[in-house]
Amino acid sequence: MSYIKPSFVHPALPRNKVGYLKRDYEGTISTLCAGCGHDSISASIVEACYELNIEPHHLAKLSGIGCSSKTPAYFLSNSHGFNSVHGRMPSIATGANLGNKDLIYLGVSGDGDTASIGMGQFVHVIRRNLNMTYIVMNNGCYGLTKGQDSATADFGSMSKSGGGVSTPFQAIDLAGMALELNATFVARSFSGDKDQLVPLLKAAMSHQGFAFIDVISPCVTFNNNKGSTKAYDYVRDHIEVTGALDFVPKEEEITVSYEAGCSKTIELFDKTKLNLHKLAKDWNPTDIYSAKAKLEATKRQGNYLTGLIYVNPESKDLHRILDTVDKPLNQLNEAELYPGDGVLDGINAGFR
Amino acid sequence: MKEATTEKDTEISVNDFVIRFANVNGTGSASANGLFAKAIFRSGVPMSPKNIFPSNIQGLPTWYEVRVSEKGYLGRREGIDILVGVNPQSFKDDVESLVTGGFLIYDSSRQLHSEFLREDIHMMGIPMMRLSMEHFEVPRHQQLFKNIIYLGATVALLDIDIQVVRTLIEEQFAKKPKLIPPNFKALDIGFNFAKENLTCPLPIRLEKRDLLEDKILIEGNEATGLGMIYGGATMMAWYPITPSTSVAKAYENHASKILVEKQTGKKKFAFVQAEDELAAIGMVIGAGWNGTRAFTSTSGAGVSLMNEFIGLSYFAEVPATIVNVQRGGPSTGMPTRTQQGDMMSSAYASHGDTKHILLIPCTPKECFEMASLALDMADRFQTLIFLMSDLDLGMNEHICEPLEWDKNRKFNRGKVLDANDLEKSDLDWGRYLDVDGDGICYRTIPGTHPSKGGYFTRGTSRDEYAKYTEKGEVYQRNVDRLTVKWNTAKNEVPKPEFYQNKNKGELGMVFYGTTTYAATEAMEMMEEKGIIIDSMRVRAFPFGQEVEQFIEDHKEVFIIEQNKEGQMRTLIINELEFSPKKLIKVLNYNGYPITADHIVEKIEEHLSIRDLLN
Repeated sequence: MSYIKPSFVHPALPRNKVGYLKRDYEGTISTLCAGCGHDSISASIVEACYELNIEPHHLAKLSGIGCSSKTPAYFLSNSHGFNSVHGRMPSIATGANLGNKDLIYLGVSGDGDTASIGMGQFVHVIRRNLNMTYIVMNNGCYGLTKGQDSATADFGSMSKSGGGVSTPFQAIDLAGMALELNATFVARSFSGDKDQLVPLLKAAMSHQGFAFIDVISPCVTFNNNKGSTKAYDYVRDHIEVTGALDFVPKEEEITVSYEAGCSKTIELFDKTKLNLHKLAKDWNPTDIYSAKAKLEATKRQGNYLTGLIYVNPESKDLHRILDTVDKPLNQLNEAELYPGDGVLDGINAGFR
Repeated sequence: MKEATTEKDTEISVNDFVIRFANVNGTGSASANGLFAKAIFRSGVPMSPKNIFPSNIQGLPTWYEVRVSEKGYLGRREGIDILVGVNPQSFKDDVESLVTGGFLIYDSSRQLHSEFLREDIHMMGIPMMRLSMEHFEVPRHQQLFKNIIYLGATVALLDIDIQVVRTLIEEQFAKKPKLIPPNFKALDIGFNFAKENLTCPLPIRLEKRDLLEDKILIEGNEATGLGMIYGGATMMAWYPITPSTSVAKAYENHASKILVEKQTGKKKFAFVQAEDELAAIGMVIGAGWNGTRAFTSTSGAGVSLMNEFIGLSYFAEVPATIVNVQRGGPSTGMPTRTQQGDMMSSAYASHGDTKHILLIPCTPKECFEMASLALDMADRFQTLIFLMSDLDLGMNEHICEPLEWDKNRKFNRGKVLDANDLEKSDLDWGRYLDVDGDGICYRTIPGTHPSKGGYFTRGTSRDEYAKYTEKGEVYQRNVDRLTVKWNTAKNEVPKPEFYQNKNKGELGMVFYGTTTYAATEAMEMMEEKGIIIDSMRVRAFPFGQEVEQFIEDHKEVFIIEQNKEGQMRTLIINELEFSPKKLIKVLNYNGYPITADHIVEKIEEHLSIRDLLN
């Protein structure tokens, strides 16, 4: 396999508003299995960042360990990336974000990385409402170690490596858990549905606070068989959508109009608008109780609820909670951090 | 038994005693005992207080021991001369702990049981609780002011200037002035009772001096927190653990006052109580990766939890600083007792071949200085630095020189490329390319340049250009470069301190951290006995050339430390390849700070055995 991409640029290739080609958002060639759902998610990330006009150095990508956590190498190669340790990406993201609030933080994790070893950090990064997008590439199994069940494998689901025995344990529903913890943005999607995932990613990256997207992303090698609830065919047949989402950047007007009562517009902190239509019954995206009820009802029917599930447009991120200065902490210099003449003398005097 | 004493009984001894207060924790005794120590400090006499406390909030025995030493010996000393025993639980042991001829001050509100009587000490009953109940109504007040009553009595018995104590009370309650009169009242009750009923002063007593000049009395943890602020740390993440918690408290308290934007009141720092130690160090590494000076403070158990991340910092070369306030281990060990038991586990923390720079302070002032130095070195060496304090240094007050900061000092941010550097056309930049031959490479901070300098930080093997690789020779080249970096560090870490201008003999001793107080005293004690020993205080790991030379130059070297295995000795053997035979362990690991008597005893024991064998 070749890892080198051609460097020729056709002059007619379109550039986005900040002057970048779509390929400027790509990464090295993926080493994941052919057909892996994760590669589709990477493609959606490339698309979303291109369309959002993000300058590559204004975004930092972070991950833990696992197949999913390898993907940051496969998109945004001009951005800084950090492949950290298993299940601990949220703490790295927290420190990085506290150091420089001006960057966009995109965290990529898997179901093992988040729902098992990283559950503690996942839960607490939600509590702190860190301003980041957190994607779980959820395939219900541990790919790199050859297909063991993960904690998101559904009860009764059958994987290829299970030897004909179905999962005897209850699954952890990460979207449900995020809602329970009052996450300020919760969505779910399917790696095979780029039309849904791209606007969700753009909305998530525009949200001020913790934005969680659980993306069902089938493992073609270990968990795409009959009997698996995370197989392509099964997921396609068991999706229920909350609503269609149009992402409207802050400088643009809403041009499409929908029938009254069937649509809803939500304005985020940065003035971007989320225009929702074809809304599911009994669901209000800004009401966490209705979001929880909808998620639960869909689950009982054996389906995956996808789309935006909940958003709190009033969200205050960790920097606002901690009341830090406007200038990023990593840019404060000696003069700005010097407590002032006489201060230390006063402190010394207090210890006499 | 002697109810009181006269000067005929005992020789007069001025400014040289150990007094111990035996209390029940959670009863407000800490405040009274702290006032006692501060009064001696304000009297200009060297003293060192040791808080010997349980891992408990209320109801268990706790002791506060103050050594007063005109000669300036600030280590712990064996033998208690005066005991204020107000804890029935520990009373029997407390009475037994007094030296012959010592003075016991006890609460005589109830008759003392005969089993507690000792013929060879002076027993002085003060009806503390009864007096308190007579003068104060609220039960909680009766409990609290009982402490001030015994303080008043000790002030009279030791001839401390009561005005000094009054001033301290006024300062302490400046914001709650209502509390001043009842404290004065309780102080006078105890003071007057002693004056009227006991022979004051005791032959052991205090006399004012002016030996402390402008020195300060401060806990190491407080100084560490301040040092981090002056050193430019703008992010601290931590998880509560004794005895390091007060580092976080100090950082937050002071930063909230001196690290805020005047116009807006907004904070120039982020302070995060993490969900565990793993998250705390993760946040520090995330911040360091982003060019933010950050640190965490913890103790041995926390370092154990941080091990995986420590390896990441080392191998991915991300700056990070850990303050390790050591306590008694292993496992949960003795969480409220002191030890130097994490030297090995910090030096070689994490799996694989890892080594870390340790900075080892021995005074609060050095905590202050080494805190900022740790931040500089973390950036300079793009690695993880340990500041190795301990419970004794961190949580006890120590007399030291005032803290100083040069306002013109620049932070050493290390080799960081900015946007202009990256623009240079001839730049062949690789994140792990050793351009200067010192093993330290140039790094970039996220957000610097739109198309240059971006790279993928990882804990996996990679080549000079940060690309993943499993090629053996590339991996080996990278880890060999880390050895080059390690050798560069040897020349830049703090040099050892010597206590002689020139070596005087064949015997040497090596010590570090809080062991220094007792070791330097032991040195003088041995000199009086005609035993000449050269001394070196190690202040950092890796060992520089001076450390190696000192050990080389002596036939036998005593390594004095506060752990069971002789961990510094092991590091010396392992790193410098000296014969273990010439390195003699002098150890203390009972959780109490080491004493000079103990050191002298162990060294003499070794020397006499050796003489016998010869």
